[in-house]
Amino acid sequence: MSESRNAILGKLRAGRDAHPLPPPESDFAVLRNKRWDGAERLERIKRMMEAVHTEFLETTEADWPTDVQAFLKAQGTRNLLFGPATEAGARLSAEWTASGMAGGPELIPYADRVETFKERLFDGIDAGITTTLGAIADTGSLIVWPTPEEPRLMSLVPHMHLALLRADALYDTFWQAMTENRWADGMPTNALLISGPSKTADIEQTLAYGVHGPKRLVVVIIR
Amino acid sequence: MGETSINFAKASSAALQDQQLRGNFRRAMDGLMSKRAVQFADTAEWNGVRTLGASVRLRALSKLPELLEKLEANCTKNGIQVHWASTTDEANAIVLSIMQRVNAKLVVKGKSMVSEEMHLNAFLEKHGIESLESDLGEYIVQLDEAMPSHIIMPAIHMNTKQIAHLFKQKIKEAEYTEDVAQLTDLARRVLRKKFATADVGISGVNMAVAETGTLCLVENEGNGRMSTTVPPVHIAVMGLEKVVEKLEDVPPVISLLTRSATAQPITTYVNMISSPRKEGEKDGPNEIHLVILDNGRSGIYADEELRNTLRCIRCGACMNHCPVYTKVGGHAYQAPYPGPIGSILMPQVEGLEKRGELPHACTMCNACVEICPVKIPIVEIMGRLRSEAVHPGDAVKGAGSHASKAEAMVWKGWSMTYASPLAYQFATALLAKLGNAAPASLPLLKEWTNVRSKPRFASRTLHALAREKGIPDV
Ligand code: SF4
Repeated sequence: MSESRNAILGKLRAGRDAHPLPPPESDFAVLRNKRWDGAERLERIKRMMEAVHTEFLETTEADWPTDVQAFLKAQGTRNLLFGPATEAGARLSAEWTASGMAGGPELIPYADRVETFKERLFDGIDAGITTTLGAIADTGSLIVWPTPEEPRLMSLVPHMHLALLRADALYDTFWQAMTENRWADGMPTNALLISGPSKTADIEQTLAYGVHGPKRLVVVIIR
Repeated sequence: MGETSINFAKASSAALQDQQLRGNFRRAMDGLMSKRAVQFADTAEWNGVRTLGASVRLRALSKLPELLEKLEANCTKNGIQVHWASTTDEANAIVLSIMQRVNAKLVVKGKSMVSEEMHLNAFLEKHGIESLESDLGEYIVQLDEAMPSHIIMPAIHMNTKQIAHLFKQKIKEAEYTEDVAQLTDLARRVLRKKFATADVGISGVNMAVAETGTLCLVENEGNGRMSTTVPPVHIAVMGLEKVVEKLEDVPPVISLLTRSATAQPITTYVNMISSPRKEGEKDGPNEIHLVILDNGRSGIYADEELRNTLRCIRCGACMNHCPVYTKVGGHAYQAPYPGPIGSILMPQVEGLEKRGELPHACTMCNACVEICPVKIPIVEIMGRLRSEAVHPGDAVKGAGSHASKAEAMVWKGWSMTYASPLAYQFATALLAKLGNAAPASLPLLKEWTNVRSKPRFASRTLHALAREKGIPDV
């Protein structure tokens, strides 16, 4: 099909060169100047995400695995999909079965290619837990970059998605997060912003949650 | 669709009779307009981000051929296979050949305007492949065997009751309910099975980043993520104008897009895909294909004024604010893109013979121009297309096709009369004497009197009256 490629590019080039369009300057000041101070950022993220049905669980570095387990137990969650090879995953599995924590939902590792357990993933998993790279105050969004240890579908297929957020990993805008961390130098297979549970308003403008992805998004804030 | 011209006038007057439809649209659009206004309440911020967004789009257009080459090079480096299609037929053939190679039987589709332009579903079905829309609105419209009536909210023309009946009628396991949560849940159950078993996922592209070879997709439902992650093959289709230069160009455009479209600060998911599944990764498609479609866009691009049409980020705000669209709804336009943007885009893509009526579906009120987040001079282009429709030219396919001999003669006579004082005096005197006797059924006059009363001519001309009052005639 390279014939079409050359024809299209040739036509575009001829059209542009006959009537050149000088490239305008782009002034990013409107994004650069958007700032909130530290405490306000988290408050804003919570407010914006709560407005779209996100739930929050406040905890600490020392207690988060126990708090997550207690929360899921109280919700009647049967099982939790996790990435055993991440630092968080290792801690989770170490503490999950430790004394005093028995009786919680079953931990299911995402350790193999999806092809090996697609059916179970779609039909039998209640919740999935992932880490995040932080969150954005401007829009109330989590930054999630799936990895081989924390695959893409963990944050999508289970009915509940739990996302670990460190309270010091907050950004003002999407633009700042990507420029400060030089994302353009190496994008991952898939990068995501997630700002709430899956939703739709396609039936007469009435909001409904969990149309395809998670019905619940629980952000675990670790201070 | 055949090559016959589309009759907007007839379809719109039918739509105007439909009280239910008018009510559905009115309510939805009123809500969207006021919610959007809240999102852009800070005028300085709106001006800043709008100017930035417009500059991002214009900068991309100023380097379009180079950016497309760069996009291709970076996608290829990342493992995404790039295809080029001059026409929708060619794009369909590319998609089909990929499907046939992997022996695909079931396809799940995310929302994509370009695939509507390609009539891809019908094409695939003809070749024995089931192509299922997975965006809830698109799914509803597909079940109803209808067309989307809005580019952001495809099923906006239907109310809950109508959708409840449709589900009951078309989905085997459906119980009748008007509960939106239950209806949504039913669609979830049906579609989840399909996501898990589909051979190929198809998506559109909101923006493609030349700098990094990244495809950006925004959505609320997660069906876009499902379609681009679960099936072993992902095919993305995009119009060639969708490229932006840099990754940092993405945030301002997304901000304008989501706030203008549905008045959300951001959609639930912003999905950025840069490669197929890599060694060691446990999910994601093994192959990604990007089909870049021209379909007349390179012709639009060649014209200095018309190329502004290609800035569009498909937010739909122009239709939400258009007094014509909000009254007649999207179906009257009988086009994948309705409303103001459709009225200028469709004639350029499909030719004025077929779509020459659409630029007339406009009151020239400028509401769309004021709202457009990337400052497209829609009304100017509308005027230009109106005149191209009746004047021979070579910029737009079918220019001159709407010229009518009678109309041309009338205008010619009019200009001659106005150019000569003597002819003017004679004509006005004649109209004062005989004008009122002219029957309303006269050609051209008939078009006017169809919906209006016939103009009444005064028995004496303004000049005569002035002379009587002693004002000297010039
Ligand atoms: S023309 Fe402007 S307002 Fe209309 S859909 Fe395109 S970007 Fe949005």
